[in-house]
Amino acid sequence: MTERVIIAGSGGQGVMLLGKVIAEAAMRQNKQVTYLPAYGPEVRGGTSHCMVTISDREIGSPYVTKADSLIILNNPSLERFKSKVKDDGLLILNSSLAKTDAYLKVKILQFPFTDIAVKLGNIKVANMVALGCYLEAKKIIKSQNILEVFKFMAPAGNPKILEVNEAALREGGKLFHG
Amino acid sequence: MEKKKILISGNEAIAEGALQAGCTFYAGYPITPQNELIAYMAKHMPKKGVFIQAESEPAAINMVYGAAAAGARSMTSSSSPGISLMQEGISYIAGSRLPAVIVNIMRGGPGLGNIAPAQSDYFQATRGGGHGDYHLIVLAPGSVQEAYDLTQTSFDLADKYRVPVMILGDGILGQMMEPVRLSAKKIKANTFKGWALTGCQGRKPNIVKSFFLREGALEEFNLKLQKNYELIRKKEERYEGLFLSDAKVILVAYGTMARIAKSVISQLRSAGKKVGLIRPISLWPFPQEPFNLKNKKIKYLVVEMSYGQMLEDVKLAVCGRQRIEFLGRSGGGVPSQEEMINKIKKIL
Repeated sequence: MTERVIIAGSGGQGVMLLGKVIAEAAMRQNKQVTYLPAYGPEVRGGTSHCMVTISDREIGSPYVTKADSLIILNNPSLERFKSKVKDDGLLILNSSLAKTDAYLKVKILQFPFTDIAVKLGNIKVANMVALGCYLEAKKIIKSQNILEVFKFMAPAGNPKILEVNEAALREGGKLFHG
Repeated sequence: MEKKKILISGNEAIAEGALQAGCTFYAGYPITPQNELIAYMAKHMPKKGVFIQAESEPAAINMVYGAAAAGARSMTSSSSPGISLMQEGISYIAGSRLPAVIVNIMRGGPGLGNIAPAQSDYFQATRGGGHGDYHLIVLAPGSVQEAYDLTQTSFDLADKYRVPVMILGDGILGQMMEPVRLSAKKIKANTFKGWALTGCQGRKPNIVKSFFLREGALEEFNLKLQKNYELIRKKEERYEGLFLSDAKVILVAYGTMARIAKSVISQLRSAGKKVGLIRPISLWPFPQEPFNLKNKKIKYLVVEMSYGQMLEDVKLAVCGRQRIEFLGRSGGGVPSQEEMINKIKKIL
């Protein structure tokens, strides 16, 4: 098993954090994993991306040329990365900020992650709604491990922040099951 | 016992490795793509140690020069343009026979270049870099785990041979995060340095210098240096070899390029193609032993994020016995798996 993911969105949407959460959880499942951030002069409002590779075997290149899964949170990122997914790959798209009906070969799951996050009371958790959807669609990372990673990454955090992230993850999972 | 595994970047792993190795002095000046290293040092340097954000790279390397002379395990880090600025100090450290660890997380050049990953400082790193007949031991990690491990090794080698050691990585290695197993390596109690400037009460003064005016003195000193380098050449070659027993085409690549080469090899091997890899881990001394292959039909393909720098060392090691091909990009270009596969198919 090797899963290559590109996660992209606007600076400030928590794209890097989303990649790190997936990578950290994969490590806890004893997978090999690499996380490669874009480290250019990214700014809030511009595009930002990272690449995560999860495998049972030694990972060669950490650079993802063709992804098994794309998680895209805004339209400029969709334009930039839509050609980077495999023909039989998966596209998880934030329909609050980007829409598409173009790719027939790619499986598309598009939901309004940002709108859902606003309803949950914190627009910043749109990334975790998307993550919940991805987890259910791919079943590689167990959501229990993601919850542990949340606690690990924010040990002294506000419990309400933790709760809203957990709620976002659950909502995302429900989206996949309809 | 299962050792603790954590997810960290290459830059952080080098910093953590240095602290584990007993580094008690760090001076540096920020530059992308190695900023996480200096940030980690600022945060985690223990109270008994010294962290300094210097006013410039020449200041940083000269602070390291001073701390090394006083016997501390000392380190600095930078990226390409900053390392160029340090060359005078590095030459003085080599000329004073002092141990120090210098990290270069390379970016695109020449000039201020850009912040993309590159391997175009190979010549500078392996040929000395500054003025005079000297070498650094140069180690090139290929993973975050290896960055951690080799940093610890670097301090040991620097002390053992009294030479500066350079860790040469690129932006991808510095930025990439991977799981690392931390090893509770016992520091060799900051091995006694009889030559260090520690205050001479009750003993003869020590002198640390790189200035030899008396007729013949500098030549004598240089011969000593060369003897030391000869010993290092004999003892410290490091490399990884893959499928060398049956390979028809052998890729030669280091650092991040070797990672991409490994992806290519596993893809081509599953299609029955006999492809192998030599990954030099020590760039100086450059590993000679794996190139000592008798079969004249073998072809080498050197792949670099430069326009052919390590290529020259491969030519010296192969010594005309077999054909050598080259694939390189630089200035932000990274040779892709597809480009490598196309090139291999042409020469197989």
